[in-house]
Amino acid sequence: MLYRRVLFDKISGFWMVTTLVTILLLPMIIGTGLYIKALPLFEHQSVTSLASSSIWAPNSGKFGFWPFIAGSLYVTVLSFLFAAPICLLSAIYLTQFSSTKLIQVMHPVIDVLAGLPSVIYGVWGILIVVPFTSKIAAPFFNATSSGYSIFAGGLVLAIMCIPYMLNMLIEVFNTVPVGLKEASLSLGATFWESIKHVVIRKSYPGIISAFGLGIAKAFGETIAVMMVVGNQVRITRNPFDSGYPLPALIANNYGEMLSIPMYDSALMFAALLLLVIIMAINFIFRLFIYKTREQ
Amino acid sequence: MNSYQTLNNLVLENNVQIPEPESILTVKNLNVYVHQHHILKDINLTIPKNKITVLLGPSGCGKTTLLKCMNKLTDLHKELKVTGNIFIEGDDILHTQTYLPELRQKMGLLSQRPFPLPMSIYKNVAYGLKLKGIRDKKLIDYSVEKNLSEVGLWNEVKDRLHSPATSLSIGQQQRLCLARGLAVKPRIILADEPTSALDPISSKIIENLFKDLKKHYTIILVTHVLRQAVRIADHVVFMYNGEIIEQGSPNELFKNPKTQKLKEYLTDGN
Amino acid sequence: MNRRKIIEERLFKLLAGIATYSLIAILAFIILVIFVKGFNALTFDMIIKTPKGGFYYGGEGGVLNAIIGSLYIAFGATLIAAIIGIPAALYINVHLIKKKRTQNTIRFLLDALWGIPSIVYGAFGFTLMLFLGMNASLLAGIITVALLITPIMVRTFDEVLSTIPIGLHEATLALGSTKTEMALKVLFKQGFSGFITAILLAFGRGIGDAASVLFTAGYTDLIPVNLDEPAATLPLAIFFQLGSPIPEVRERAFASATILTFIILAISLGARFLSKQYSKSNLK
Repeated sequence: MLYRRVLFDKISGFWMVTTLVTILLLPMIIGTGLYIKALPLFEHQSVTSLASSSIWAPNSGKFGFWPFIAGSLYVTVLSFLFAAPICLLSAIYLTQFSSTKLIQVMHPVIDVLAGLPSVIYGVWGILIVVPFTSKIAAPFFNATSSGYSIFAGGLVLAIMCIPYMLNMLIEVFNTVPVGLKEASLSLGATFWESIKHVVIRKSYPGIISAFGLGIAKAFGETIAVMMVVGNQVRITRNPFDSGYPLPALIANNYGEMLSIPMYDSALMFAALLLLVIIMAINFIFRLFIYKTREQ
Repeated sequence: MNSYQTLNNLVLENNVQIPEPESILTVKNLNVYVHQHHILKDINLTIPKNKITVLLGPSGCGKTTLLKCMNKLTDLHKELKVTGNIFIEGDDILHTQTYLPELRQKMGLLSQRPFPLPMSIYKNVAYGLKLKGIRDKKLIDYSVEKNLSEVGLWNEVKDRLHSPATSLSIGQQQRLCLARGLAVKPRIILADEPTSALDPISSKIIENLFKDLKKHYTIILVTHVLRQAVRIADHVVFMYNGEIIEQGSPNELFKNPKTQKLKEYLTDGN
Repeated sequence: MNRRKIIEERLFKLLAGIATYSLIAILAFIILVIFVKGFNALTFDMIIKTPKGGFYYGGEGGVLNAIIGSLYIAFGATLIAAIIGIPAALYINVHLIKKKRTQNTIRFLLDALWGIPSIVYGAFGFTLMLFLGMNASLLAGIITVALLITPIMVRTFDEVLSTIPIGLHEATLALGSTKTEMALKVLFKQGFSGFITAILLAFGRGIGDAASVLFTAGYTDLIPVNLDEPAATLPLAIFFQLGSPIPEVRERAFASATILTFIILAISLGARFLSKQYSKSNLK
C-alpha cells in the first residue's frame, strides 16, 4: 500500500515538473519556431534593415517593417495618453474617497471589461467610435477623417487596457499603510495633500509597472484595433489618418501568405518582432518592480 | 468631585464658555460606534497641561480609538461613527468651522510603528513647514537642525540628511517621526504605544525625551505596559471595555486602586 | 492659501469621481449597444440553424456552426490547459515551497508569458500546423488556444494557492501523507475557489479569442464532426460576417456578438460570485 502511494507520488511529481518546465520553455519554443520560419528573409537583408525600412512591396520582395512598427507605437502611445489619467484618477477615487459599496460595484465592472473579447470591442468601435471620430473628434481639431483612424484605434485600445491597469493600481494604492496617511494628516496636510505627497509618492514603482503592463498589452492587441484603424500602409503624424499596426499586418494577410514568395516568412518575422518587443517591455517593467520591492 | 469639576459642569449645563486655564484638551460625552458595536462609552476627560497623561488598559479597551478621536483621524476610518465634543484649547475639533489641518497641527502624532514619509530625512522634518507655505531655506534648515537635535538625532544624521528616511534603524525612525511632529510646534503630543516596536535602549531614549518634553508640551501616551506607566506618568487614566474606570495620580491608582477591575489589572500585569 | 488647497481638493475629487463613474457608464454603453443591435437579429432560428448558402453571401440560417465550434474549441483547450497547467501550479506550491527564490523567478517568467499576445500564438500555431502537416482544423485550433490559455490557468490557480499558509503544508506532511496526496487532497480543496476561477477565466478567454483561431481553426458553414475538419468560431463569425454586403449576413454577425457577450458576462460574473462562495466556506 505504501509502495503504491510512493510510486504514484513519484509519477505525478515527475508529471508536475514536466508540465512546469514545458510551460516555462514556451516562449523559447515559440520564438525559435517563428525564427526558423523567418530565416529565408535574412538571406538578403539583415534584421535591422528589415525593421527600419519603410518600403513595403511584397510582390517585389521588399519587406520594410518600419511603417507597422511606427503604427503600433503611435496607436499604443495614444491609448496610453487616454487611459493613464483616467486609471490614476479612478484608482485614487476608489481607494481614497469612495465608499466600500462603490468598490463592490466596480470589481465586477472591471472584471467584465477585462473579459470582453477583442472582437466585441471591435464591433462597438465600428458602431460608435468610428462615427464619433469622423463626425465629432476630427472636425473639433479641424481635420477630416473617415473615422477609421489611429485615433479610433487609440481610443478603443485605451478602454481595453484600463481594466488591467486599474486593477493593478487599486492593489498598489491599497498597500499604502493607513499609518502613513495618519502621519501626514496629523502634520497638518489636507486629505488631498496626503494623497499627493504620501500615497502617490510611495506607490511610484507600482504605478510605473502598471503602466508598463498596460503598454505591453496595447502593443499586442490585434482584432479590435484592426477593425477600426483603417489598415493602410503609411507613416503619418496625423492621428486622424488610418494606420497599420504590426499585429494587424499579420492578421490581415494570412490569406495571401502562401501565394507570394517569402510573404509567409515576412509575416512570421512580424510575429517574432512582436514577441520580442513585448517580452522586452514586460521584462523591463517587471524587473523594475522586482528591484524596487527588494528595497 | 473637586471644585473645578463642579464649575465645569455648571458651565456646560448653562452653555457658557469660560476659557479653561489648566486643561488644554477636554473630551465631553464622547461615544464611538463601529457598525453596531459601542466601543467608546460616554467618555468625559480633562487632560492636564504640561504633564504626561497615560491612557492605560488591556488591549481592545478603546484607548487607541480615543487617541485617534482627539485629532479626528477617525475620518480615515469610515466605518466609525463618532458623537460628542473634544475641545482643543476651546475649539471643538469634531465640529469645528476653522480649517481642520491647522487645528490638527496643534497635536503631534507618534504611532506604534514609525511611519517615515517616503522622502529624505530632511524633507520629513520639513514637511509640516512646507505645508504651511514656508519657503525660506534658512528657516527650514534651522528648524530641521533644531528638532533633530532635540530628539538627539542630529549628530547621527547630519551627514546624510538627504538620504531616504527608510535607511534609518527603527529606533532612529521613531525619533525622526517625533522630530518631524515637533517641527510644526504643536501644543500636545499624542503617542500611541510609541515604544512597542523598539528595543529597550531606544525605548528608554524615547521615554526620557518625553520626560524632558513635558516642560513645553502636553503629552498623552497610550500604553498597555504597566511598567511604562509607572515610570513616566503624571496622570493615569485607566480604561476597560470602552469606559474610563478610574483616573488620578500614579500614586493614588497604583497604591490604592479603588475598583475591582483595576485591582485585577494590577495583579495580572505584575 | 488654505482656500486654494480646499478648491484643489474639491476639483480633483470631482475629476476622479467623473473618471470612475464614466467607466461604469462606458461598460453599460458597450453592452447596451451590442445587445440592442443583436436583439432584433437574435431569433430562435439564429441559434438553432447553420448558415445556408455560404456564410458570407447566404442570408438564411443562423450561427449554430459558430456556437458549436466555439464550444468545442473552448472545452477542448480548457481540458488540455488544465491537464498541463494545474499540475504545474501545484508543483510551484508544493515542491518548491521552500525555495522562495526559485518560486519568485518562475512566477516572474509566468507573468512575462502571460503578456504574449494571442496573434503570436496564432502565428506559431500556424507554423506548427504546417510543420506537422495538419490542415486548418478543430484540432489545430484546440492546440493553439490551449497554448494561449495555459498561462492564464497556471497564474490564476497559483495566485490562490500561494495564499495557503505554509503551516497547513507542514501539518499535512507531518501526518504522513506524500507530497502528491497533500497537493490533491488538501491544497486542491483549500484552493478550490482558485481552481474554479482559473477554469472559468481560461474558458472565457478561449471562447472569445479571435487572433489565435484565425489561422488555425479555419472557418466553415458546417458543424465539425471530427478533429480534422475546420471549425467556425463565434469571434470569427462576427469578424468575417460584419463586412458582408448582405444585410442578413451582417445581422448574423450582430447576433453572434450578442451571444458571445452574453456568455462572457455569465462567465465573468459567475467566476467572481463562485470564488466568493467557495472562499467563505473554507477553513482558515
